[in-house]
Amino acid sequence: MASHASTIAAPVAQDAPGLPGLSALGFNRAQSIAFLILLALLIAGPFFLYPVFLMKLLCFALFACAFNLLIGYVGLLSFGHAMFFGMGGYLAAHAAKVWGFTPELAILTGGAVGAGLGVVAGWIAIRRQGIYFAMITLALAQMVYFFCLQAPFTGGEDGIQRVPRGALLGVIDLGRDMSLYWVVAAVFLAGFLFINRVVHSPFGQVLTAIRENEPRAISLGYRADDYKLMAFTLSATLAGIAGGTKALVFGIATLTDVYWAMSGEVVLMTLLGGLGTVFGPVVGAAVIVTMQNYLAEFGAWVTVIQGGIFVACVLAFRAGIVGELARLLKVRL
Amino acid sequence: MFEDLLFQLELGLPQVVLGLVNGAFYALLSLGLAVIFGMLNVINFAHGAQFMMGAFVAWMLLNWFGIGYWPALILSPLIVGAFGVLLEKTMISRLYKLDHLYGLLLTFGLALIIEGIFRNEFGSSGLPYSPPASLAGPPVDLGFMFLPKYRLWVVAAALVLSLATWLVIEKTRLGAYLRAATENAALVQAFGVNVPRMVTLTYAAGVALAAFAGVLAAPIYSVNPQMGSNLIIVVFAVVVIGGMGSILGSVLTGFGLGLVEGLTKVFYPEASSTVIFVIMAIVLLARPAGLFGRA
Amino acid sequence: MTQDRRSLLKTAAAAALLPGLGAGLAAMPRPARAQPTTLKIGVLNDQSGVYREVSGPTSTACVRQAIQDSGIAAKGVTVEVVQADHQNKADVGSTIVRQWIDRDGVDVIVDVPNSAVALAVNGIVREKNKVYLNSTGGTTELTGRQCSPNTVHWTYDTYMLARSTGGAMVKTGADSWFFITADYAFGHDLERNTTGFIQAAGGKVLGSVRHPLQSTDFSSYLLQAQQSRAKVIGLANAGTDTINSVKQAAEFGVTRRGTKIAVLLMFINDVHSLGLKAAQGLVCTESFYWDLNDRTRAFTERVRGSLAGNYPAMSHAGCYASVLHYLKAVADMGAPAAKASGTDVVARMKAMPTDDDAFGKGRIREDGRKLHPAYLFEVKTPEESRGPWDYYKLLQTTEAEEAFRPLAEGSCPLVRS
Repeated sequence: MASHASTIAAPVAQDAPGLPGLSALGFNRAQSIAFLILLALLIAGPFFLYPVFLMKLLCFALFACAFNLLIGYVGLLSFGHAMFFGMGGYLAAHAAKVWGFTPELAILTGGAVGAGLGVVAGWIAIRRQGIYFAMITLALAQMVYFFCLQAPFTGGEDGIQRVPRGALLGVIDLGRDMSLYWVVAAVFLAGFLFINRVVHSPFGQVLTAIRENEPRAISLGYRADDYKLMAFTLSATLAGIAGGTKALVFGIATLTDVYWAMSGEVVLMTLLGGLGTVFGPVVGAAVIVTMQNYLAEFGAWVTVIQGGIFVACVLAFRAGIVGELARLLKVRL
Repeated sequence: MFEDLLFQLELGLPQVVLGLVNGAFYALLSLGLAVIFGMLNVINFAHGAQFMMGAFVAWMLLNWFGIGYWPALILSPLIVGAFGVLLEKTMISRLYKLDHLYGLLLTFGLALIIEGIFRNEFGSSGLPYSPPASLAGPPVDLGFMFLPKYRLWVVAAALVLSLATWLVIEKTRLGAYLRAATENAALVQAFGVNVPRMVTLTYAAGVALAAFAGVLAAPIYSVNPQMGSNLIIVVFAVVVIGGMGSILGSVLTGFGLGLVEGLTKVFYPEASSTVIFVIMAIVLLARPAGLFGRA
Repeated sequence: MTQDRRSLLKTAAAAALLPGLGAGLAAMPRPARAQPTTLKIGVLNDQSGVYREVSGPTSTACVRQAIQDSGIAAKGVTVEVVQADHQNKADVGSTIVRQWIDRDGVDVIVDVPNSAVALAVNGIVREKNKVYLNSTGGTTELTGRQCSPNTVHWTYDTYMLARSTGGAMVKTGADSWFFITADYAFGHDLERNTTGFIQAAGGKVLGSVRHPLQSTDFSSYLLQAQQSRAKVIGLANAGTDTINSVKQAAEFGVTRRGTKIAVLLMFINDVHSLGLKAAQGLVCTESFYWDLNDRTRAFTERVRGSLAGNYPAMSHAGCYASVLHYLKAVADMGAPAAKASGTDVVARMKAMPTDDDAFGKGRIREDGRKLHPAYLFEVKTPEESRGPWDYYKLLQTTEAEEAFRPLAEGSCPLVRS
């Protein structure tokens, strides 16, 4: 399988320097190569692996990338990101099922909900740092969870079921897994590139400056709080989009996605892949989702193994898989 | 109007008492967390799992070795505390120089492992554990309500233990070393105090407090592997509201929030598990370092 | 970046371990196998969370027992069993079921506790035209608005619990109630339905209190219940919440003053974990009890060796009986035809009367509802109990035709057609 992937990737990779636009996306050489491999995998993936599984993986990958925007580039650990992911999912499902929105509009609804909630939550949370920031986001997420449990439209613990996948732009039927896959892949790719663009823009540079030394950035005339709020909202929006997409893929939206354990899971994905790396969250999400899927037969050991990975990451390779790899190859990834 | 008020009072007063009982658990658990955070700068996410271990060890002592409640109340914290020593020596001690987030993530992973192992071993629907004979029997009549003796004992035990911990840390020489070591470990070490050992023992003491609370909880709450994780998030909120690392703050906040929660259970029971988070958000906005914390 | 490939490799390696997976064709939905005489049963349930004891490995053991008892192997049909943990997440559950059906050729999905997952699976199985035998799920939606020609809902539902516990108990004189209800749809449903039956039987409900899911302390609610002076405290919650409520009711001596506690959803495994000392006197409904009659005892005796100390609850018995009946239908119509269409098998299952050691004789209604009696039990005192797992005494029986929601009230679209 690896040889398949690399034969598909190889010719494209040779074209890399010649492809216009890749450096405009902010990629360095190593990242360009990595990106082209990712692209090749995205295209080849559904022919080798189960498309629904891949779609789930991509939704979580986008969620983790959104989360990484906040922790990796602004240095804020949110312990409540499930609220954006879950609420995005609920509203997208509701829009598609009850309001009859087309899939792209439903996904955008998820994003809009993430954005709205992000502005409010961000406005409250960004005034605090470090562990207090984590705790306040957790508190807000608990309130959102309470809301979801209570609100009639979420269907309580039954969740919103049988959400139609609908037809893209009202034309292309997404009932088949493969057609939906391309849409999900496109959403993921757009989100991924957007995040990367943001990180490498002047705006992103300011964020990094704030992370490194906030008082200094403020003294240079940057309004740190505005920048943080903007980053927080962007991250929440993308998390909402990821949640909305996931709701369409499975046709369901449930309490699992707003529960605090989900906030923990996205931290795990990002940490495992590598905080602050471009490709880390994608790799981390891939590993965790794969584990959940293929360890399902091992029953209760799933949580033990997940815990073990957490411990191993913190003790042995804090830079995460991609971070350690980048150090080994002496490149930025 | 007056009768209405009296009725409300009659309804409310027992709830206040029950709130205090729950507050006792919050206080004990958040006390352990505060001790660990104050001295080690580590947010011990495994605290809930260690609370659960306390209850399970009491069950094992009874069912495997025939050792009853009272000895278990001493033995179980010692055993779980020893386990804490092991964790601190092998893993947690490597993280002191890093951001606290890593401590949080490590102990989160540990909690997952511990709970998973217990679930495999004992299942998830729980194990029976009865209160000791001396505290069983009919509830005591307090005039306005009947309260089981065991609950009175819980409040008393929690109060005494909290007070003792506070005294040790604030009023003894050992406590003074500890506080000094948090400020400047190298200097205290230079005075000939074995700082790493002191830190290890502090962690063990915090863990033992959690285990003690676990044994206290075993006769009244379901003894199951997730009993700690259900509670830990609330206890975090308590610690944050009280002010991270403040011993007195966590004890007072524990009891206080138990009360608030108890009253919410009468007037808006659906929100009783959310009210603490609302308070936490408000407190953090108004006083970022918590009610009793030093900014 | 090779890491990306490595993780893919890992996925591929893990995938390759799955039985029935060809190297390159993994993604493609495969046509039915060349040898149609192999059936595959997927047991999907909770192996690591709160429903582990009432579903989990015991369900799988019961499914295997059913295969053995059916004697289908003698007819040249091999039956394989796969199992997985849905971790109480609807997305994990749906991915597993889709993969099972699309890639591994699974024909039947069995068990599935947790109503969010249960309903998600219901939709997928219908879309793929396979068979779904739900046993541990409690939601009436499965045979109501979301009913499906591919689904049989075997063991119990919230309507049955409410009817038996609410209606039958009032007949015993327990006519004033107070509810302690878990604050989510399951709890609300139970409370509403039970209230209906209590009132219909001439009883009244004095009040109720709603608590958040996974509370630890119930003393406050128990106190409110006592203050209402109701004769019965109805617990409309589940799992750990129920266990905590019961344990604390015993501690506060609630039952000592003659108040009864009715647990609307309880399995015998919950009684076991509470211990008789705390659980004595509780009233609850199950549709199966291992010590009910000679046939249930015979079934329990056969299966017990593979249960690692657990005893079957109604949920496990439902897994056994539903699979047994499914295999009878398969034997009747032939395995190839059964593999070809899930709707046909379920139609055949509905046409055949059921008969098994766990539930006795019964039938499956057109909306997919299996009908059998519901039993109202009281938990024995420690003195009354003669041995391990001797926990229940029978109070009342609600006959099969009365125990479940009438067809017309379910608004199941299948019924009209």
